[in-house]
Amino acid sequence: MANSAHLNYVLRLADDAVIQGQRLSEWCGHGPILEEDIALTNLALDCIGQARALYALAAERAGAGQTEDDFAYFRDEEAFRNHLMVELPKGDFGFTLMRQFLFGAFNWLRMEHLSGQTQDPELAAIATKAVKELRYHVEHARDWVVRLGDGTEESHRRVAESLAALWPYTGELFAPDSIDEWALQAGIGPDLNALHSRWTAIVEAALTEATLDLPSSTGWMQSGGKAGRHSEHLGYLLAEMQSLARKHPGVTW
Amino acid sequence: MNMNERFEAYIASDAKIEPKDWMPDAYRKTLIRQISQHAHSEVVGMLPEGNWVTRAPSLLRKSILLAKVQDEAGHGLYLYSACETLGVSRDDLIADLHSGKAKYSSIFNYPATSWADMGTVGWLVDGAAIMNQVPLCKTSYGPYARAMVRVCKEESFHQRQGFQILLALCNGTEAQKAMAQESLNRWWWPALMMFGPRDEDSQHTEESMRWRIKRFTNDELRQKFVDMTVPQAELLGLTIPDPDLKWNEERGHYDFGEIDWNEFHHVIRGNGPCNRERLEARRKAHEEGAWVRDAASAYAKKHARTDASSTHAA
Ligand SMILES: [Fe+2]
Ligand SMILES: [Fe+2]
Ligand SMILES: [Fe+2]
Repeated sequence: MANSAHLNYVLRLADDAVIQGQRLSEWCGHGPILEEDIALTNLALDCIGQARALYALAAERAGAGQTEDDFAYFRDEEAFRNHLMVELPKGDFGFTLMRQFLFGAFNWLRMEHLSGQTQDPELAAIATKAVKELRYHVEHARDWVVRLGDGTEESHRRVAESLAALWPYTGELFAPDSIDEWALQAGIGPDLNALHSRWTAIVEAALTEATLDLPSSTGWMQSGGKAGRHSEHLGYLLAEMQSLARKHPGVTW
Repeated sequence: MNMNERFEAYIASDAKIEPKDWMPDAYRKTLIRQISQHAHSEVVGMLPEGNWVTRAPSLLRKSILLAKVQDEAGHGLYLYSACETLGVSRDDLIADLHSGKAKYSSIFNYPATSWADMGTVGWLVDGAAIMNQVPLCKTSYGPYARAMVRVCKEESFHQRQGFQILLALCNGTEAQKAMAQESLNRWWWPALMMFGPRDEDSQHTEESMRWRIKRFTNDELRQKFVDMTVPQAELLGLTIPDPDLKWNEERGHYDFGEIDWNEFHHVIRGNGPCNRERLEARRKAHEEGAWVRDAASAYAKKHARTDASSTHAA
């Protein structure tokens, strides 16, 4: 039987995945080129797949007869523990891809660590599959960050604005709270400080290639998602996602 | 034999025409019209289903629907590529869609207002598409025929998945079953319209049959579709909204009522419930994506130059 920190740690990973998947799905049929409709749908599909595996694991461990869908569809905003960055509205294509790069690189490093730890083998198995998918997400997003940054004047300006808007949400990725501390002590979660250095190196290299400046990390950083304090945006996202399921509780789809 | 006669004889022998082969202008034009119309249908068809991805009532259904919409984008891509082998560019084809010059399947001008529509669309719309498209796997133009083999395989998954959605609803609560019936009531007639006008009113059928672009007439395919679908509706326990529908022992087929051809023509002419918003959505995606496409080509140009000059230096 898992303790509550352990369970919350898994749920957080799942919440990050489902909210990303939901935001990426909003591009379905509205991408700038058909190839990107395919690519973004593919990313969304991976995220929803990861969320399902993680919620199913959480359900099994919670031991109260829940299903993956109970977590996704029948919890309210404050129960969601995703990082604030992933719930922000999709913005333009550059915003979505910049987020996918910044968050994706963090998520990739996190999953890579989780795939290698031995204290929670079931989580390691899920992470091992996810890591391969996330590597592709980061590569794909990085390619676009570079192209947009080093493309036209307009694309440079737009993606620089997206970077500036997203940057204050990067702090929360690396600021450990009690659950992160627990996961580190338990030999499951990564040391977020060490992760931060590796992440910065990846981001810095890409931004340099994109002719974008690395924003200062001493500015004010937003936080709260991991503690269930969200932006106004999450409520709308969940209202849309959960509306039908909640109209018919307990049925089979 | 002149070129035209040789072409007709070649086609009549069931041989495939390849992009470099000589072909009459009219054959090329017919193919471009038909393949691009099909490609546009795949792309516009993503919209009504894309609408429900964010509201799918379970994560499993969300995944299946996402995968379906992704397949449709893939179909659009192969079909645009097949069309490009005939000497037109994707950009021009898309411009024709956006200007309203090119058509796409009218079925997507009907709204998808309930979750059950994700089932009905898969079952009936992908089902009708399969009926129309399986014969195209043997169509005379090679690249089109090959694209269709792959497309048809995936469409039959879609049809099965759509049926599964409805089966779950029909085995569910009263409210779920009512949702399924209400959806069938709206989609049945538009699905029958997918086979096009009656044979006697079809402008292109005769020539297309002779060129083996088409292999069955509209009415033949429509009948086949009805015959296949009625028992499936019975299995679901749903009622097909046609009081004239009944088995005809003598013909060995189902008789069915008359399509509202007035509605059919109006939707084709642009007066369907969603014609405006579908085209609007496509145009908007294209316009809002212009800066992204420009950036990608500017980047490619810059870096092609850098690569070329560094090769030169070495
Ligand atoms: Fe299709
Ligand atoms: Fe398709
Ligand atoms: Fe399909």
